[in-house]
Amino acid sequence: MVRYLPVLPAAVLLLVFLAGPVLWAFHASMTNVGLTGRHARNPEWVGLENYQRLVQDPVFPLSLGLTVLFVAGSAVLGQNVLGLALAVLMRRARPAVSATVGTAVVAAWVLPEIVAAFAAYAFFSRDGTLNQLLGRLGQPETDWLYTVPMAAVVLANVWRGTAFSMLVYRAALNGVPAELTEAAQMDGAGAWQRLAYITLPVIRGSIATNLMLVTLQTLAVFTLIWVMTAGGPANGSTTLPVLAYQEAFKFGDIGYGTAVATVLIVIGGVFGAAYLRLLREQRP
Amino acid sequence: MKRRGSTWADVVLLLVGACFLLPLLWLVFGSLDPAAGHATRVPQQPGLGNFAAVFTPGLLFLPLWNSFLLSTGTGLVTLVAAVLAAYPLSRYRSRFNTPFMYGILFGTCLPVTAIMVPVYGLFVQLRLLDSMPATVLFLAATSLPMAIWMTRNFMDGVPLALEEAAWVDGASRLAALRAIVLPLMRPGLGVVFIFVFIQAWGNFFVPFVLLLSESSQPAAVSIFSFFGQHGAVAYGQLAAFSILYSVPVLALYVVVARGSGNALALAGAVRG
Repeated sequence: MVRYLPVLPAAVLLLVFLAGPVLWAFHASMTNVGLTGRHARNPEWVGLENYQRLVQDPVFPLSLGLTVLFVAGSAVLGQNVLGLALAVLMRRARPAVSATVGTAVVAAWVLPEIVAAFAAYAFFSRDGTLNQLLGRLGQPETDWLYTVPMAAVVLANVWRGTAFSMLVYRAALNGVPAELTEAAQMDGAGAWQRLAYITLPVIRGSIATNLMLVTLQTLAVFTLIWVMTAGGPANGSTTLPVLAYQEAFKFGDIGYGTAVATVLIVIGGVFGAAYLRLLREQRP
Repeated sequence: MKRRGSTWADVVLLLVGACFLLPLLWLVFGSLDPAAGHATRVPQQPGLGNFAAVFTPGLLFLPLWNSFLLSTGTGLVTLVAAVLAAYPLSRYRSRFNTPFMYGILFGTCLPVTAIMVPVYGLFVQLRLLDSMPATVLFLAATSLPMAIWMTRNFMDGVPLALEEAAWVDGASRLAALRAIVLPLMRPGLGVVFIFVFIQAWGNFFVPFVLLLSESSQPAAVSIFSFFGQHGAVAYGQLAAFSILYSVPVLALYVVVARGSGNALALAGAVRG
């Protein structure tokens, strides 16, 4: 066991700062711990009260639904499909074009999240770039962040995160043996047929992995939504991370906020476990 | 083989690329425009006034210095802990390895924003709020799973035979690690460090929750509180600040991407 002593610093860090908060979350979600006041230092045990409140709170199912919409719309559909499409197109385009476009897509991803969020906010705001463009086409001005906040944050997250899927799929497509697609071409298969019957089945492992990872990343998105809409208007874009933050820090109810966070941790844990299973099946 | 490069693919790609660049155009134009608003427009009287306005110690240098401390500290702690942990995991065969690595991988899946509320509660109980070292340790813990995973893969690439030769010459395991293994995996260690650094530099939510006093806040948070919350916003200065704050990570990304695009894709594969 002495040989494993060097693992200790990492193990301690992980236990104290990752496993610790997760376990603490389960405990704190059953107390009335507050942000300030006498319940901040001396919280009382309230059992499942926070969870009962959660079930009755009309905002919680709304928030859960918005989170599903956000993940399905921006990650599973948006980033995943657009990333695959970009990777496929890049193999057909001229190298200079695909390098340039690749840089533009990656730039949105490498920027600090707060900067990306400001840029997206300006883009969708009332006198922002999107309305300018639509104005040129004769469309009336719309306040995107108020009328369709979810559409705005979904599109912003597609813009922000597609680079990841694109990189994963570029690597995956490079691993598809050329003989396979060439043989299909000889047999008279068209481009769409080759994609559907050769390429996609060959890279299905990467597709599954990518879907899992973008889902987990998108589940955790906070800054983008917080800067663009702050969850509003009228909770119209309050996904679970935003709800947990609001309950804990805006309304000062750490216990209740932690209960929301615990739900998110459990959802993340389920997807994480599914991801591990997937990896084990891929590498027997 | 078909001729490489079809025109319609070029056109579609360029259109998509333009859409991705559009929101960034606002940053560049706005930073040069003394009268910038939300709209994207070519500045009528371009100038560096916005940059000059934010070029003050309180507004720019202190937050950037804090970002630097936070990111460098996180990078170093992560790297040392990851190298130490990766060594036994890479060099010894034991039934302990597989469950540990799966545990690590599971850790990379944890949505970090979900644990911020409990982490705040924990920091209050331990009286660690507003402490830069504690925030560094927390950030290091969140990047450790990915860093250990990558470091072990890089270490697996260093042949054991080289190390054994050093042992024969009387070197201890630690000496061999320092003199033989680490120099050989220097590019890999560079990738890990830069990757952790970029993540910490760009992180907003963690310092936003854990660092409360202005004197210790990094640029990500100060940019938000200076410009995001006060009524009349100077958009030109916001854009200029954003660009100055983004340039270091863009430069580091270029360094890594040139060196090894694959390593970054691998790193990205577990970005949390």
